[in-house]
Amino acid sequence: MAAGNFEKYKSDGSPAGNALEWLDARFPATSMWKGHLSEYYAPKNFNFWYFFGSLALLVLVIQIVTGIFLVMHYKPDAALNASGVPIAFASVEYIMRDVPGGWLIRYMHSTGASAFFIVVYLHMFRGLIYGSYRKPRELTWLFGVGIFLVLMGEAFFGYLLPWGQMSYWGAQVIVNLFGAIPVIGNDLSIIIRGDFVVGDATLNRFFSFHVIAFPLVLIGLVAAHVLALHETGSNNPDGVEIKANKDENGIPRDGIPFHPYYTVKDIVGVVVFLMVFSAVMFWAPEGGGYFLETPNFYPADPLKTPPHIAPVWYFTPYYSILRAMVWNFFGLDAKFWGVVAMGASVVIFAALPWLDRSPVKSIRYRGPITKAMITIFVICFFILGYLGTLSPSPMGELVSQICTVFYFGFFLGMPWWSRMDKFKPVPDRVTMK
Amino acid sequence: MSNQGKVDCGRRRLVVATAAVGGVGAVAALVPFVSSLLPSERAKAAGAPVEVDISKLEPGQMMTVEWRGKPVWIINRTKDMLDTLPKLANAVADPKSEKNQQPDYAKNDTRSIKPEIMVVVGICTHLGCSPSQKFKKGADEGMPGDWLGGFLCPCHGSTFDFAGRVYKAKPAPTNLEVPPHVYLADTRIMIGEDKKGA
Repeated sequence: MAAGNFEKYKSDGSPAGNALEWLDARFPATSMWKGHLSEYYAPKNFNFWYFFGSLALLVLVIQIVTGIFLVMHYKPDAALNASGVPIAFASVEYIMRDVPGGWLIRYMHSTGASAFFIVVYLHMFRGLIYGSYRKPRELTWLFGVGIFLVLMGEAFFGYLLPWGQMSYWGAQVIVNLFGAIPVIGNDLSIIIRGDFVVGDATLNRFFSFHVIAFPLVLIGLVAAHVLALHETGSNNPDGVEIKANKDENGIPRDGIPFHPYYTVKDIVGVVVFLMVFSAVMFWAPEGGGYFLETPNFYPADPLKTPPHIAPVWYFTPYYSILRAMVWNFFGLDAKFWGVVAMGASVVIFAALPWLDRSPVKSIRYRGPITKAMITIFVICFFILGYLGTLSPSPMGELVSQICTVFYFGFFLGMPWWSRMDKFKPVPDRVTMK
Repeated sequence: MSNQGKVDCGRRRLVVATAAVGGVGAVAALVPFVSSLLPSERAKAAGAPVEVDISKLEPGQMMTVEWRGKPVWIINRTKDMLDTLPKLANAVADPKSEKNQQPDYAKNDTRSIKPEIMVVVGICTHLGCSPSQKFKKGADEGMPGDWLGGFLCPCHGSTFDFAGRVYKAKPAPTNLEVPPHVYLADTRIMIGEDKKGA
């Protein structure tokens, strides 16, 4: 918990000490440092899965810094230049070929987009297996779901900016999805595009959302996510509340100060992460066609759809769920239900704290039913993700329908299956495995 | 304070009234922002008709022109292609073009003014992709063996025949749209304008 403003720093008489005392009398520098780092007590048994929160923060910084430099050269303009190439597309080529170091900054940004989702998915999986979303951390989880939603919007807007074939037709399909909403759908998709077709107006507003609106909201949500976490204290792989067992000074017996213990541990994670990140960035920046899709190396052509279009990999599970809905219900189009199912498949994560009725938090003390359900869920998530990258086929449709049923079954059945399981006794103190 | 715990109801009402008036102003301030998201006057004006010369379009060929930012296909259909249309009456969802996807003068068996010349907006009515040509009969182009030729939307697999009619049980809800068009001469078409406008 953040220490109050009463803990002012007292100078030892040195110039640096005097400066800090002056600062502290006017700004909560020392108390914030203590409250969030040097005296923020985190459970001592964090494992591998606890790297991904700080890594997500690192990727956010990478994206913001590289983004600032890309905007210096990028031009959001769909008009054709003298050689008949859209100016936006040509400006990305210019960054890649003529701006010194531009290729590296751009590959950092494009690799960073995929890295962001990898890290965030692993971070969410950690929350899932250790019950980090359970009381009292529901709000931290909700802010996290908000971050995830904003991140998806941010990625979607950003993908239009290179104005390649996949940018253009991906945006065309996704914006038209909103047209499936009864009554208001058609007008809504016109408001999103700012024109009757995806065009210059669309490109400019997506640019505005991508570089101003969504990053601001994202940073605000990240701050709220961390503040809410530091209010309740971190969960841990045992799902034990360390605040329930404090020593005579009011410090949790199983807690260690975040700084230096976890800052140092996280730096190890950062080093390993940056090694992998650099390897991808230098040797496989296109990520085998998954991070940067081949059709996007052709400028947007409103007259010709590429023979195969698919969203970027981090959207494909939801895209499969969209495609799995092929039935009309209640007089409404299958298209509309596809949009509803896709929206629900993302938003349903927000309900987790109230769906999970298990008496214990961590998977370590939960039984075979939980382990089986989480395994099936993850497998279905991967299958849906894989099918979403493929062209539609009757077999793929059937498999994605089955997986969609399991996907929603995992969440909607949770109030029952999470209670039915066999549970092991939870220890009073954290364990060091 | 001496009057602790007492609420001055007159003052409370004034505070509520002030907040309400301020709230109305704040909502009114949204109007210019939301309306700025709508298509601009320039975007609305950019719907000029397009004139096309089809004298070089050989039978069996297709050309694409841009109208309002969308692809418009002009297909010179062969006798063979036209003969497939009646055979598909049971396979397509709206064989008689009853849904309002064409001007009245194209509401016929071939969905066109001249039987052989098809003019149609090449945008799938599902989610707006542009379908690809699958003109060869049979399985040559990766279609089913009984395929009679037409179009396949690469995004979600909707199929259309040579008159832009959608096959049954496909994601696209309606036939492709036939734009308003008029023949200025035998081989010159104006797309985006009817006879009334000319």
